[in-house]
Amino acid sequence: MPPTLTPPEIDRHHHISDGNNGHKPPTDKRTGGNGDGDGDNWNNRPQGHRGPRERLAQARIGLFFALGGDLMFFIALVSVFFVTKASGHFDAYSHFINEWLPTAIPSILWLNTAILLLSSVTAEAARRTMFREHDAMDEWFGIGRPITRRATLWLSLTLLLGGFFLIGQWVAWDQLAAQHVFFRSNPSSHFFYLITVTHAVHLFLGIVALIAALMILQLSRSLSTRQVFVDTTVWYWHVMGILWVFLFLLLVYGQ
Amino acid sequence: MKPSTLRHPARSLLHAIFSTHHRNVGFGYLAISFIAVAIGTLLSLAMRLHLTWPAWHFPLHGLILPEEYLALVTMHGTLMLFFVLTVAPQSGFGNLILPSQIGSRRMSFPRLNALSMWLTALALAVLLAAFFVPGGAPMGGWTSLPPLSATPLAGPGEGLGMDLWLASIAIFCIASTISATNTLTTIVKLRCNGMRWERLPLTVWGWFTAALLSVIAFSVLLAAILLLFSDRHLHTGFFLPSNDLINGVLLQHRGDGSPLLWLHLFWFFGHPEVYIAILPGMGLTSMVLANFSRRRIPGYRLMILTTLLIGFLGILVWGHHMFVAGLNPFAGTAFSISTMAIAIPSFAKVVSWLTTVWGSHRTPSSAAATSRFPTPMLFALGFVSFFIAGGVSGPILAQPILDEYLHSTFFVVAHFHLIMSMAGLFGIFCAIYYWAPLLIHRTLSEPLGKLHFWGTLIGAYSTFLPMHFTGLAGEPRHYAQLNGLAGPGMTLLQSTMPLQRHITIGAIGLALAQLPFLLNLILTLLRPAQPFDNPWNATTLEWAPGSLNLHPSNQSPVVHRGPCQYTASGENFLTQWSELTPSQPKPE
Repeated sequence: MPPTLTPPEIDRHHHISDGNNGHKPPTDKRTGGNGDGDGDNWNNRPQGHRGPRERLAQARIGLFFALGGDLMFFIALVSVFFVTKASGHFDAYSHFINEWLPTAIPSILWLNTAILLLSSVTAEAARRTMFREHDAMDEWFGIGRPITRRATLWLSLTLLLGGFFLIGQWVAWDQLAAQHVFFRSNPSSHFFYLITVTHAVHLFLGIVALIAALMILQLSRSLSTRQVFVDTTVWYWHVMGILWVFLFLLLVYGQ
Repeated sequence: MKPSTLRHPARSLLHAIFSTHHRNVGFGYLAISFIAVAIGTLLSLAMRLHLTWPAWHFPLHGLILPEEYLALVTMHGTLMLFFVLTVAPQSGFGNLILPSQIGSRRMSFPRLNALSMWLTALALAVLLAAFFVPGGAPMGGWTSLPPLSATPLAGPGEGLGMDLWLASIAIFCIASTISATNTLTTIVKLRCNGMRWERLPLTVWGWFTAALLSVIAFSVLLAAILLLFSDRHLHTGFFLPSNDLINGVLLQHRGDGSPLLWLHLFWFFGHPEVYIAILPGMGLTSMVLANFSRRRIPGYRLMILTTLLIGFLGILVWGHHMFVAGLNPFAGTAFSISTMAIAIPSFAKVVSWLTTVWGSHRTPSSAAATSRFPTPMLFALGFVSFFIAGGVSGPILAQPILDEYLHSTFFVVAHFHLIMSMAGLFGIFCAIYYWAPLLIHRTLSEPLGKLHFWGTLIGAYSTFLPMHFTGLAGEPRHYAQLNGLAGPGMTLLQSTMPLQRHITIGAIGLALAQLPFLLNLILTLLRPAQPFDNPWNATTLEWAPGSLNLHPSNQSPVVHRGPCQYTASGENFLTQWSELTPSQPKPE
């Protein structure tokens, strides 16, 4: 009985293979990193290290898992948005009452959206300069720090545009307040503020990350460290930009 | 831990506390769990004593009022669910063991990891602070159902106590998401050479799936908490029906909120949460049973698949907590079907466990494992036992028509305590006994361990099995008192009192059965550390020589095969790290 349940193939096969039961040939495909195959250890990295992009790949994957969680946060908010929009109650005369009054979108939000999209472009430019081999070689030879120089320019532009976006959001809230539309006014205004404020908080974190990346650009000597900070910050920025477009379209057309 | 040049013990303690090394972080999580489980156990004993002898005056406190009873229920559930069953298996052992099990010398994000542990500790402190604020601890249950959780009008603990509960759980959500991100990245990126996905031990698969669920579920709870907070303080009404009367006071909120909406959001988190609690234990059970039976795991890839499938289905079944909450009956049917579908991968797991151990009559040839059933094996078998005993009532409760009667009774209490709490607890104990040589460099005493096991097993069954019967007799959950009142319903409840006394004595026995464990731990720690060399003859990488503390100058391990490769006789085995020839039995 037991042998049929637990095939003792290492008894039979241990002289030819490690007993993988006819599945894949027992080649030890290297996994878990960027491979450790024959002869690709060109920079003679120490055992257990997986090459120049190891930290970058880790940081990116971590960022995307975290952003997956963040996405669920906004999915929950948007689900509640639709549920609340559809719900109402019956009054004493059996009339169905739905108190949802769409919140007018301040037109400055269109401008803000354009600014945020533009900031994603400058951020991407900064990200790409981090990986230009010519510049890396220049730095290698000691001819200045062109990567830091270019990336600082693009990132500063992104920071500026991101700041404009946040100021623009503030102006939008101000305009709504001037029309006596507050957080507590109406179910739809709850969501206008919830969505814009939670997104603004995320964008503020992005601005903190941008400032950190700018400081790292100046302070860090390791190109890999600079790449990690700029790259993850920019990916975060992109995701917040795409998220904003989605949320904004929801507020404009979904109310 | 970095080699410290500071000799002073206080300084080195500080060093250990603020270290970002995953071992220190893991021990920090275990310490958090230990505090939470000690308090949570005392709370549950107070609940049992009050239910059985409602007129009894507690020393230093006096009579337990109904609202205090509800506060006990709430805090017991919150402490146990969040700070014990989530923290210990997933974050505690996930830090202590996971890196060495995949051949990595560190976690991906050590600083974030330490931050997440400290946030969890902060969350615990905030939660416990609720006992000491005016009004006391919240009384809304660990599910904090609105509208009663949305206003201080609902009761004494629903003011500041409830706010602290929300703050605590919000912090916990953030900490868990950070921790899960770290776990996932570590598993994806830091596996050593040769550690392919299908060669990962099932424990790692358990941690991986639970971390995926954490990332998905905890942010939804965070969003729900944000909305409930604004209902409480910002005059919204997401979860409040219009013109709701609470304690005779009309709530003047605009909006037409729905308490059902909270239930959707909460249980979208809550059901994956119970799988976060149990999946690491499932993986460990598979590995420990295989190791002590000296058997390969039947259907290893299927076991990986069922782990993922249980996680996936766990996301789709939240509605079965809401059958009696006014859920659309059609939705109820859908959730009923998806819930019963979980029985399929769960059954596959049980079959795999049973076939692994069935008829395996081999004595592991090791000095440490002198008997056929060493303590870790016993606890793994206990896990299987509770998983089956609690699992069989699952398909019963999954049917809306049966749940309608049973939902608010102790039948449900019996169900989730057996399948989640006791199975989860036995998973934690199994981990402690099995990995003790790695954690404290000593093996725990076998006789005391067996005493602990049998005491806990008998205590657990005599506590939670009779709850099925009191539940079937109609004993409602959340009732502070079952006797001394008038009416035919109360006569029925009064008739359960002998069983109630039995349950209470069982619960006290269950708590007392932990004393041998504490004694065992203390006595073992007083002994000098022993050198050990794979005392259980295990095949997984955490037992490889020196894998516990891989120094950067060491060669990182290379994995050649999956775990649990034993010969038919069980004497010979291939470890994951050894070269091709099967290792010989060690000379005694």
